[in-house]
Amino acid sequence: MNAGSHTVVAVIASCSQVVAVAVGGLVLIGLMRKVRAHLEGRVGAPILQPMFDVRKLFRKERLRPDQATWIFPLAPVVLVATVAVAAAITPLVTTGPALSTGSDFFALVYLLLVGSTLLALAGMDAGTAFGGMGSSRAVTIGALAEPALLVTILALSATAHSSNLPAIVRATLADPGSVATPQRLFALGALLVVIVAESGRLPVDNPATHLELTMVHEAMILEYAGPDLAFVTVGEAMRLTLLLGVFVNLVAPWGIATTTNVAAVAVGLVTLVAKVAVVGLALAVFEVFTAKLRLFRLPELLAGAFVLALLGVVSGLVVK
Amino acid sequence: MTAASLVVSGAVLGLTAGVGGATLPRRSRVAVGAVLVWGACALEAVAAIHVLVSGHRVVLHSAELLPFTGVNLVLTPLGAFFVLLVAMVAVPATLHGIGYAHHGLDSRMAAFAVPIFVTVLLLVPAAGSVATFMVLWELMALTSLSLVLVDHGRREATRSAGTWYAVITHIGAAAILTAFLILAAHSGGQSFAALRLHARHLAPVVRALVFVLALVGFGSKAGVVPFHVWLPKAHPEAPSPVSALMSGAMVALGVYGIILVGDVILGGGSLWWWLVVLALGAVSALFGSLHAASSTDMKRLLAYSTTDNVGLALIGLGASGLFDATRHPQLAALGLVAALVLLLNHAAFKGALFLSAGSVQSATGTRDLDQLGGLLRRMPQTGALFLGAAAAICALPPLNGFIGEWLLFQSLLHGADIGNTAGEIAIPLAVAAMALTAGLTVVAFVKAAGIGFLGRPRSEGADAAVEVPGTMRLAVGLLVGVCVVLGVVPTLVLPAVERAVRAVLPRVAPLSLAHGVDLQLVGLRGVLEPAALAAAMAGALFGLGALRRALARRPAPRVAEAWGCGRQLQTARMQYTATSFAEPVQRVFDDVLRPVQDLDVSHVAESRYFIEAVTFHNAVDDGIERGLYRPVIGAVRRWGQVARQLQPGSVHRYLAYGLGALVIVLTALTVIR
Repeated sequence: MNAGSHTVVAVIASCSQVVAVAVGGLVLIGLMRKVRAHLEGRVGAPILQPMFDVRKLFRKERLRPDQATWIFPLAPVVLVATVAVAAAITPLVTTGPALSTGSDFFALVYLLLVGSTLLALAGMDAGTAFGGMGSSRAVTIGALAEPALLVTILALSATAHSSNLPAIVRATLADPGSVATPQRLFALGALLVVIVAESGRLPVDNPATHLELTMVHEAMILEYAGPDLAFVTVGEAMRLTLLLGVFVNLVAPWGIATTTNVAAVAVGLVTLVAKVAVVGLALAVFEVFTAKLRLFRLPELLAGAFVLALLGVVSGLVVK
Repeated sequence: MTAASLVVSGAVLGLTAGVGGATLPRRSRVAVGAVLVWGACALEAVAAIHVLVSGHRVVLHSAELLPFTGVNLVLTPLGAFFVLLVAMVAVPATLHGIGYAHHGLDSRMAAFAVPIFVTVLLLVPAAGSVATFMVLWELMALTSLSLVLVDHGRREATRSAGTWYAVITHIGAAAILTAFLILAAHSGGQSFAALRLHARHLAPVVRALVFVLALVGFGSKAGVVPFHVWLPKAHPEAPSPVSALMSGAMVALGVYGIILVGDVILGGGSLWWWLVVLALGAVSALFGSLHAASSTDMKRLLAYSTTDNVGLALIGLGASGLFDATRHPQLAALGLVAALVLLLNHAAFKGALFLSAGSVQSATGTRDLDQLGGLLRRMPQTGALFLGAAAAICALPPLNGFIGEWLLFQSLLHGADIGNTAGEIAIPLAVAAMALTAGLTVVAFVKAAGIGFLGRPRSEGADAAVEVPGTMRLAVGLLVGVCVVLGVVPTLVLPAVERAVRAVLPRVAPLSLAHGVDLQLVGLRGVLEPAALAAAMAGALFGLGALRRALARRPAPRVAEAWGCGRQLQTARMQYTATSFAEPVQRVFDDVLRPVQDLDVSHVAESRYFIEAVTFHNAVDDGIERGLYRPVIGAVRRWGQVARQLQPGSVHRYLAYGLGALVIVLTALTVIR
């Protein structure tokens, strides 16, 4: 194959990643709710309910609080845009999506930070008590999760001597034993806690609550309605799916397309969906048996994740 | 025109601006001074660019200008980088000063001191000998001190801030002078070249002593913990353009000093030196960001954030020294590049933030975040620029802060296995410190932007705010523009930064980070495509914006009242304040911040079940000031009280002292002989 068709396949793979993350994200949320409902003895809404909700929201009217500025309508679009760019360049379906030479783990983290920072600002834009409360809590949790996250990247980068995500995935494929090293296991444990914290799942935040004392994310986006709320919903689902996708490819990258041909990309897509679904189901089952932590107990959880990540780095030094 | 004459004419122009500022009538002195300062900046910048492009240093010597020693100016590539940094801040700061003049900058003293301060800032990195350096360094301290004190007639806090700044900066200057004197005593001359030549023959203990003294001296100027206490006092009290100059440019020169002594003159050194620098950097970054996250005064917040950013630069510098000491020249260069880029970025966004804080203060009369709010609607351009600069300091791509943090992270990442146990333990901890700092910076600046510019106004001053004059907006806009350019195409400046680094670390092969518009670590695995990332983000943003317009039935949103739990009237008092926003952080880091809280409940006289009034007081003061400085100041004061008893005013007692002293001296002489 010539260079041109390589690029075409890479772009196709990138687009398939974005679509998989966007559509798959909503389905994943529906699936997780369904599993939860079943375990709690309810029938639950159809798996596709989040998609119906989004479609409904797009038909509704756009509302703007009277005090709001341009930040308010901008934030949801920025959220989805940054997650979409991140999904396009991250090795999810293939190790070589478009622009993947610059697909850096560190850059990915900061790309996602753009969306959450703007959402935190938008929470304060309406000038209500709820928005400020949600923003304050969300940025605090984000700040506390950050050390665990970056030290995790440090530990995960050790095998490939690079924080370049395709390089890490390729290095894992080349040396399958590296998955079971204590370094990798500690780091992945820390990463899972951080993913739960960053995407606002139990026990950090309860996505189903609307009680002012416990809300974090929901308080921040309380003023959104109609298409804007649809964007926020899609963006959050995409973020969770993207992070889980990165996680599964660090745990078990097998199945990901390493060559640029359409069949390999198709296989990669199917395995990605299967892997993320399995982790999503496990997360849903875990959530049924977990209560939300008090806000001021969270530092302990995140400090625990940080210690895990640090153990990962240190065990790498010891084993070496 | 040769580069040397450019340097000289720039200096002369700057000094002329000072004289002009002092003599011209009040109406025109600030503007004329500013224009002349721009000329000086332009001339020095051209000379600096010449040095960076050609790689040849500019040497100037005048024996007549300064008695005994003469003036020695040597503009090296490293110095040239700092000259450009200073010029980048000085032009917008003086431009902003024109609109800000009525806040004390149009006094004769200030109109004289600002141009001199800028000129000295431009010349310090070009100083080539101890005497020249110390004269310029002292001038820098004195002019900046007089500018901090501009408001001294009206505010007690200004006088106190001036005292703190004067004392700490002079303790620092004494340490620097001692370090240079030790070096000069062991070498033939007092030029930096001579010092460098003889420094390598010094005993390790002497070298270490010199380094520690320089670290204390320059660290106090750079605002490193525990010498940072003057920053949150002096920056808020100084006029905003001066704060921008001090925080963006002068503080960076403190780091320049550490590089000058540690890397250039002493030529690297022991591992532990750089571990100390790394640790100081990490502690400063954490301490600064934590206090920034819990400050409610906008300029105090920015001052603490300066400590935090200098801390990050010192992490880069410390890592660079660590790698150099363990024979990893490539990594050492990368660490130093990261440190310099962090300083450059800091100058751009912190300059913009201080200038916009000045615009806000000028428009509302306050800088207390708990009194602000709703400014984005009232000052749309200043607000948007503040948000842009805040995004840059939060290291959000595609702005410049992100590039600096990426470089720092990459240098730490690739140094994670340098084969030295102390270093390998220090580096993950440095990454953790850097990460927590980044997170707390987001808290601080979401707070500053969200509380200050969004929501409802919390005071009449904020409600009545109107947009500031165009020159003030243009000044901030220039710096925010720099943030965007450095974020999207950092490859424009990286070759110059590398040239400066190679002049410091001569063993290094070219790094050539710039790869077209991408950043690529040669020999190491790491690529960043900032321009492509920015383009992708912009494309996705526009695409999705169009999609939302297409999908929404009615594209223009209906304005509705925000949800208030069924309550009809929403007031500004229902919003979160800066204090409440920072409460979770303050509570989590209770042990470090130790906030002073006071809850006073007064009951109705008839029944204790009814409350008449509740007052709550919350203050976070500086733990290091309280724990380290206050006891020392108290001890000195007590000692002074005790010493006063020696002076009762009795002539007999004084004669007895004289006699006693004479006897002691004579006895001592007898014993010694």
